Amino acid sequence: MNKTLVTHKSNRYPALIKSDFLQQLLAFGSLIVLVLVFSLASDNFFQFSNIVGILLSTAVVGVLALGATFVIITGGIDLSVGTVMTLTAVMTGVSITYWGWPIWAGLLVGISTGALCGFVSGVAVAKMKIPPFIATLAVMMIAKGLALVISGTRPVYFPSPDKGFRFSDISLDSLFNKIIPGFKIPNAVVIFFAVAIIGSIILSRTIIGRYNFAIGSNEEATRLSGVNVNYWKILIYTITGIFTAIAGILIASRLNSAQPALGMGYELEAIAAVVIGGTSLSGGKGSILGTVIGALIMSVLTNGLRIMSVPQEWQTVVVGFVIFLAVYMDIIRRKKAS
Amino acid sequence: MKKSHKGLSVATLLLAGIMTVTACGKNSNENTSPSQEASKAPAASKAAVSETMYIPIICKGFQHQFWQAVKIGAEKAAAEFGAEISFEGPETEEQVDKQLEMLQVALGKKPSAIGFAALDSKASIPLLQQAKDSNIPIIAFDSGVDSDIPVTTASTDNKKAAALAADKMAELIGGKGEIAMVVHDQTSRTGVDRRDGFKEQIESKYPDIKIVDLQYSGDPLKATDITKAILQAHPTLKGIFGSNEGAAIGVVNGVKEANMVGKITAIGFDSGKAQLDAVREGLLAGSITQNPIGIGYETVKAAVAAIKGEPVEKNVDTGFYWYDKNNIDDAEIKAVLYE
Repeated sequence: MNKTLVTHKSNRYPALIKSDFLQQLLAFGSLIVLVLVFSLASDNFFQFSNIVGILLSTAVVGVLALGATFVIITGGIDLSVGTVMTLTAVMTGVSITYWGWPIWAGLLVGISTGALCGFVSGVAVAKMKIPPFIATLAVMMIAKGLALVISGTRPVYFPSPDKGFRFSDISLDSLFNKIIPGFKIPNAVVIFFAVAIIGSIILSRTIIGRYNFAIGSNEEATRLSGVNVNYWKILIYTITGIFTAIAGILIASRLNSAQPALGMGYELEAIAAVVIGGTSLSGGKGSILGTVIGALIMSVLTNGLRIMSVPQEWQTVVVGFVIFLAVYMDIIRRKKAS
Repeated sequence: MKKSHKGLSVATLLLAGIMTVTACGKNSNENTSPSQEASKAPAASKAAVSETMYIPIICKGFQHQFWQAVKIGAEKAAAEFGAEISFEGPETEEQVDKQLEMLQVALGKKPSAIGFAALDSKASIPLLQQAKDSNIPIIAFDSGVDSDIPVTTASTDNKKAAALAADKMAELIGGKGEIAMVVHDQTSRTGVDRRDGFKEQIESKYPDIKIVDLQYSGDPLKATDITKAILQAHPTLKGIFGSNEGAAIGVVNGVKEANMVGKITAIGFDSGKAQLDAVREGLLAGSITQNPIGIGYETVKAAVAAIKGEPVEKNVDTGFYWYDKNNIDDAEIKAVLYE
């Protein structure tokens, strides 16, 4: 049984890589076109400071989207990432500011909170058989409520000592600048790309990734070939939770505060980035690189429209159309392939 | 057949379970919600008396510390006049629908009066009409409603307050140049009034100042990115006005992240720890503060007067102040600032 799965996969894999590659090329092409258009439209767009600004504004939603990619590849969905992000930010803030814990311990609390929320979603989906949409909707609301309760409905501000390491340095300081002077790329951007590389390794080089795709393409077949699907699903939701926690830490350190009422709506932006990047909501197909590009397309678009002073109402309309276009192109391409 | 029966009974059980849980939830909410504890204590002894004044107060959200300060003022007045209040609001200031639901529930409790800070100045009118029909006086606070139903409106004159911000901006940038605005939303009374108050003042009094960009967000992270984009698009910009706590924090962060501190005159609105720190550090040239504690206090005071049938003025102006580095620690200003 196991053997058939393996051969089945080794047959399928090159094709998968190939079609993914094409999709990414397409998405990357659109990104380049967008950058070109905006550069021509405004002299202020293609400048080092603005490119860094775009990357920085991608970091939070980008890391969220990276996490969501895992769950979406299983054919599931995680609606809780926005508010779990907020909850992890609040937990980090409470442990550092109110309990006086050192920063590393606060980060650990945040990561554990995210992992726990992901674990709960995973158990609800895998063991309790609650549909992912509903299970994560429940976790979304629980996390949102808890964030307000634990913070006492007020923002938690991080201490910013005059000397030494500040919490906001996690996002905004530039280690990169210390290595290569002159390139002031904020840590948040570096963390975003580091997380993307780690995510990519997990997805394409480990057994977690392989089972992730297998569950997404055919859960029943995967189960029948002796894979403990429940175990892997719970693990995958937990990984999503950990990524979400990293996004929580990034947003908290960028605002130097944990804002308990934020977070709703961020999950949809993350899902949009994943989908634009070519990951299929029906599961079994997708990639980290695609998500990175998807997230970049979203923020290049909003940044470019802002720089051109397009009224905000219209910015949202345009982003909506881009989602349509991206998904439709994906569907056409797949029809041609099959 | 047997199976469907089983399904049915399971469903019934589940429904019963859910109902019990929600009922419990409601009860425990009413009993232990922190917002009520404080106000219930003084009124508890009179709870049995039928004439206890119960005044639910519906604010705009928990996103900003402003509302906590309003609550403090409301509780103070409640204790003073022997009224029982509850204080609630939706999580964010975009949830117009949630707020209307809260108003609906409050109406159902047959209150003596209702304090209401409308997120949308028109959407609530049908419900307010209902309140009027059942003789429940409505006290509008913070933002007015486009209707005559509220017996009074306890609020800051946001247009005048924003005009003061415009005057300060003009003074600080030397009366000419390009400026931009980040406004917290397009639909609420405060958003509209502060935008128009600022804009009209600049346009009518300062012909050499040009507002080159106007974007909307009260989410500090989004406002940060917006500010950076504005700075990027307008390299000769001299100043930015952020119209509430979230927008102002965003402006401060954006200016800081873009390394434009000192080159941009940033002006905010309201207070909150982040804004106060920014003023002290010189990141924010100054800000307009309302008098949130006064708003809460006047709301409950007016409600009590309306319940007793005493005359109330149609508008209670609760005032506003400009604060900057120099006067932030003055007693008069300190009293209306909140962290």
